[in-house]
Amino acid sequence: MKTIGELAKLVRSKNAGPFVMTIDIMFADSETYELVKKTGILNRRMVSEIYQMSENQVQFFEVDNCYAFKISIPRPCFQGDIRDSDSHAGQQYAPFVDLMVPGT
Amino acid sequence: MVSTEVRILAGSGVCGAGFRAESLEEGIGKKPHFIGCDGGSTDPGPYPLGSGETAFGRSSIKRDMRLMLLAAQKEKIPLLLGTAGTSGGHPHVATAKEILLEIAEEEGLKFPLAVIHAEQDKNFLKKCFRQGRIKPLDPAPMFDEETIDKAERIVGMMGEEPFLKALDNGAEVVLTGRSSDCAIYAGIPVREGIPAGIAWHAAKILECGAASVEMRKTADSLFATCRGDHFDVEPLDQDLRCTPQSVASHSLYENADPFRLVESSGTMDLSTSVYEALNDRCVRVSKSGFAPAARYTVKLEGAEKVGYQTIVIGGVRDPYILRQLDSWLETGEANIHKRITDVYGDTITSDDYVLNIRIYGKNGVMGPLEPQKELTSHEVCLILEATASSQEIATSIATIARHKILHEPIPEWSGLITGLACTYSPAHIERGAVYRFNVNHVLEPVDPYEMFPIEYMNVN
Repeated sequence: MKTIGELAKLVRSKNAGPFVMTIDIMFADSETYELVKKTGILNRRMVSEIYQMSENQVQFFEVDNCYAFKISIPRPCFQGDIRDSDSHAGQQYAPFVDLMVPGT
Repeated sequence: MVSTEVRILAGSGVCGAGFRAESLEEGIGKKPHFIGCDGGSTDPGPYPLGSGETAFGRSSIKRDMRLMLLAAQKEKIPLLLGTAGTSGGHPHVATAKEILLEIAEEEGLKFPLAVIHAEQDKNFLKKCFRQGRIKPLDPAPMFDEETIDKAERIVGMMGEEPFLKALDNGAEVVLTGRSSDCAIYAGIPVREGIPAGIAWHAAKILECGAASVEMRKTADSLFATCRGDHFDVEPLDQDLRCTPQSVASHSLYENADPFRLVESSGTMDLSTSVYEALNDRCVRVSKSGFAPAARYTVKLEGAEKVGYQTIVIGGVRDPYILRQLDSWLETGEANIHKRITDVYGDTITSDDYVLNIRIYGKNGVMGPLEPQKELTSHEVCLILEATASSQEIATSIATIARHKILHEPIPEWSGLITGLACTYSPAHIERGAVYRFNVNHVLEPVDPYEMFPIEYMNVN
């Protein structure tokens, strides 16, 4: 079984304005993308579990024209607030990297 | 089919982040109709907006601005500089204008300049709030007249219309306060007859400079040609390549929604866009849409001062402390609060300060969301962070925190221990004022110009 990190060409997170953060998981080709898509391993529920929020706060997109999944969620702390620990939200994607993808 | 062709050169993703001088020159060789560049956004956090300072150094901004200004003046084409000085408030615009005038003087340049302001008058905002013209976005912090009073400043994000008005009135260089990044690039092609969906999508790609290439090496310039029902985009550094995927995926970057991007005058629809490689480094984009807004809105951005902050950085290496790190810090924290009460009595309560201990090596990056609960590192970095109403109190609390954690005992050792390796002397670092974003709202203006007064001058 391979991980998302091994299969993807890019896994990243970033602030989308000061109040929202967004995670991109992109693959090099349509085959790998479709394979991961078919497993259904990436979905709103698993994102809501990782970031401890309700499913309806999670925006989940399948972006076919660039072989990517995209997830947007409200930031747990607004950018730069006292307890915020990642101003650009650049390192919040880490839990996805080692995620095992069944059937790979 | 429209026969017009509009060629656009984006200097860089941000004025001050840099670009290769050769890339700009290469772009100039392709005869652009104008050069654009934004000067910032909220990306560096609330500090620049709150403090009035710029995120990049003055010298970095000046270097980029000089090359773009010289190129635009030589070619006799407009230079559009949005979001001056990182945040586009009055002090940011003043700094950027000063730099621009300095360059003009040093280079002996003469040109008509328009400066467009974006910082909003607080009485105007209160009036709009009372009229119900300020609406929350999602998620939005609480907003009322007190929010307006507490804000250091609130800026409005202008659309393309004030840029076009300034050009119509003869400006060759337009320097603006906070503006939409895309509006810098979209106004001219739309007016020249390029379909709005194509012009706005090209603008979205251009506004980040060379970010839409396959393997970004450094910040650089980018070139797009809008023509009929499509635009072509290519990097100017011959070593860089745009591919259909690299251009398509740029609509993911920093956007919550990859298909719909909201601007003042409408919403881009990229769900039907088609990306096609023209060669191994140039991409053609077509079939992008733009739906005009039913109601014109201007996004507001604001920051308020939270207080003053002082931090202490230190490390822990003792395996005995590390195996009981959480309880050790919990006791230490209680002792810090107790000592604060001893020092300040009831003049300071726990509502007047925030003590935050960050543990790098455990959950410094993800905080309570860190899924890995077990500590596996042989050392951790601690940041003891105190925020209070004055720098003096913040520093006083940070020094108390240092001393308490430094000597906090553990049962394994008898006698006085020193459990924190302080990195610096003095151990504390004063961080000055700290701010928070306090607005995520839009304002419904009477027209696109109401909030953005234009100042004209002849630079010579």
